[in-house]
Amino acid sequence: MTAMSATIALAGNPNAGKTTLFNALTGARQHVGNYPGVTVEKKSGTWVNGDLKLTVVDLPGTYSLTAYSPEEVAARDFLVREQPQMVVNIVDASNLERHLYLTVQFMEMGVPVLIALNMMDVAKTRGIDIRVDRLADLLGVPVIPTVARSGKGKDELMKTVAAARPSVEKKPLRLSYGEDLDSALNQMESMIIKVKSLSGVYDARWLALKFLENDRKIMAEVKTADSGLYESLVTIRDTVTDHLKKTLDTYPEAMIADYRYGYISSIMKQGVLAHRYDENRLYLSDRIDKVLVNRLAGPLIMAAVLFGLYAFTFTFSEAPVAWLENAIAWLGASADAHMADSLLKSLVISGIIDGVGGVLGFAPLIMFMFFGISILEDSGYLARVAFMLDRVFRVFGLHGSSVMAFIVSGGIAGGCAVPGVMASRTLRSPKERLATLLTVPFMNCGAKLPVFALLVGAFFSKNEAGMMMTITVISWVGALLAAKLLRVTLIRGEATPFVMELPPYRLPTFKGLLIHTFERTFQYVKKAGTTILGISILLWAMMTFPELPSDVSQGFEARKAHIEATVTDKDSAAEALAKVDAEEGEAALRHSAAGRIGSAMEGLSSLAGFDWRTNIALVGGFAAKEVIVSTLGTAYSMGEVDAEDSGSLKEALAANPGWSPLTALSLIVFTIFYAPCFVTVVCIVKESGSWKWGAFSMAFNTVAAFLISVLVYQGGRLLGF
Amino acid sequence: MTTISMRNMSVGQRGQITAVKADGEMGRRIRDMGLIRGAEVTIQGRAPLYDPVAIRIKGFTLTLRNNEADFISVEVK
Repeated sequence: MTAMSATIALAGNPNAGKTTLFNALTGARQHVGNYPGVTVEKKSGTWVNGDLKLTVVDLPGTYSLTAYSPEEVAARDFLVREQPQMVVNIVDASNLERHLYLTVQFMEMGVPVLIALNMMDVAKTRGIDIRVDRLADLLGVPVIPTVARSGKGKDELMKTVAAARPSVEKKPLRLSYGEDLDSALNQMESMIIKVKSLSGVYDARWLALKFLENDRKIMAEVKTADSGLYESLVTIRDTVTDHLKKTLDTYPEAMIADYRYGYISSIMKQGVLAHRYDENRLYLSDRIDKVLVNRLAGPLIMAAVLFGLYAFTFTFSEAPVAWLENAIAWLGASADAHMADSLLKSLVISGIIDGVGGVLGFAPLIMFMFFGISILEDSGYLARVAFMLDRVFRVFGLHGSSVMAFIVSGGIAGGCAVPGVMASRTLRSPKERLATLLTVPFMNCGAKLPVFALLVGAFFSKNEAGMMMTITVISWVGALLAAKLLRVTLIRGEATPFVMELPPYRLPTFKGLLIHTFERTFQYVKKAGTTILGISILLWAMMTFPELPSDVSQGFEARKAHIEATVTDKDSAAEALAKVDAEEGEAALRHSAAGRIGSAMEGLSSLAGFDWRTNIALVGGFAAKEVIVSTLGTAYSMGEVDAEDSGSLKEALAANPGWSPLTALSLIVFTIFYAPCFVTVVCIVKESGSWKWGAFSMAFNTVAAFLISVLVYQGGRLLGF
Repeated sequence: MTTISMRNMSVGQRGQITAVKADGEMGRRIRDMGLIRGAEVTIQGRAPLYDPVAIRIKGFTLTLRNNEADFISVEVK
């Protein structure tokens, strides 16, 4: 091999052990990016051995190479455009026939393939004998047995890869798909080969095959390249499709699949594969499933596991979150002590330190959550959860796998929507995934709890537990109905088929878990960090500028000077000064841009029972929901109110004539549903791949929240509350 | 020997697929998993709410929703 920076691609079915092999080959030398134009993650790394260096690209796991999913398109485009030196196809030896279905498609494409026959150990214990040399001979590609978990076979694999010469001539596999299709293919091939702009990029017969398979992406490409050719190809395809429908009652796609499987099965029968036991006999994994997906025990165990994940994430992250918060508080305090009172100081403390602190504060949560989810995913249990809950979530246009995101976001009160939105990554169906990540912010995250605690404590103190339970139910019902609404309007469309593998249970590898966890955490800190810092500064500016006119602030200064001069008792002087400070805080807040927005909105918001103070608090809540409490404190001239200890504010609200239990209920409902905090919004943008959905979640949630609150408030008033 | 829809198979029942009447994405996903004419399948179990269904084919386990199993005809023994 001459090129030092040659690229090889790892490809294979999900669950074939592709990621494990990738980690074993590249270790920590990994880079995560995106494929051009799609939100599919592209992982690449380098394998180094002496002078030899290879770029290894981990293609998304797919079952075939059609154009139905972005993963498949990304994998296919990569192979066509980047032309990797070698495609290392990871094949599960214990599940050989089905995995070779993808291999055959690579071979039809004409890309150079090498098979890594993985999980040889599993195959052996299952009594499956594979004659590796015979398989290699019959397929005409190198086959190297591996056990990716232990790294066995990986050196031989890479030696073979490095030694392989890129063949000048592509030799695509030419299968027969039956008389009817073969003659159509020949006809189409001879036409395509004349159009150099197509046959120079693709193998002509492969292109014809994709046409017969009704591959929309390839068809569109042909249409752009040569519309005359496109018309002729469509005619040929329609004729043969009609013919197959009439004579055999089948489709070309089905026919092609039948012949591919037939080819594989004929190879298996030529002494490649032998089963020592009944191939459908039940293994340990199936016996575990007898309990774990049992009708009665299954859901109970699942509830316990999900609760366990939740407890694990939020209990274990508590300490590191506290350390970080302390470190940030210390940083804020030292800035406070060493800087003179000025706008710059306020910017550094409230804008930058609090903003960056907010980002970092979530990092341990994300780390622990992804560690837990990785265990569930890598072990195979997550697929069982999806299996058991699919029926429930499907009613609302979601998928069984959506449950994880909902739980983490606060389905059990006290979660966090940031890791929740990121947890939607485990969903492989795009529409269900989008609906999930847009509705999980309705769950009751830990930051909304202080707000509820304040309001429930002030107005519903007789039945606090019942009220908190009601709040949880309201958020679940609201989120699921919103998902349903989205799925019949903006994200409408057929449910993505559920056809899914239940992989055998496997013990996750520690290395895999760690790589997965740190990768996610680092990505979050890096990408979200910059945007969040910017928004944090913007929010600070909104609540600071414009400043009080100088005559007003001089008035406050004069009052303070007067107190200092006249009141001799130290304690009562401090008390009086704090009172003036609090009043000044209220006046400054009302004067600021946020305050003006709050006052301007009062006419509208009074329909839901909110005055300008509540409005400002809700603007502040966009930074983080618990800020609602502290902003309300400032707006009611209470000075600094700790979100965790809001006793005095509670009394003030309860005593305030402007407040009633109905107002509180309306605000609770609004807090559940309105715009997610901006950290969540940034995550939504990142996960959905578009600013559009981030903006949508802010606007849609706020409007919906407002309408529901108005309904609650006005309805309540009509009923005489 | 009777041919029934996969939805109507009971847990533990075995059979051979005689037809898969689905095209487009649904058909493709079903065939990708090896559910093609001639394949031997056994119903391994059902989710607590009866849907989806878990089936055993060529030594591994797949899940399908009932409305997807409707596309698959099986000759049962």
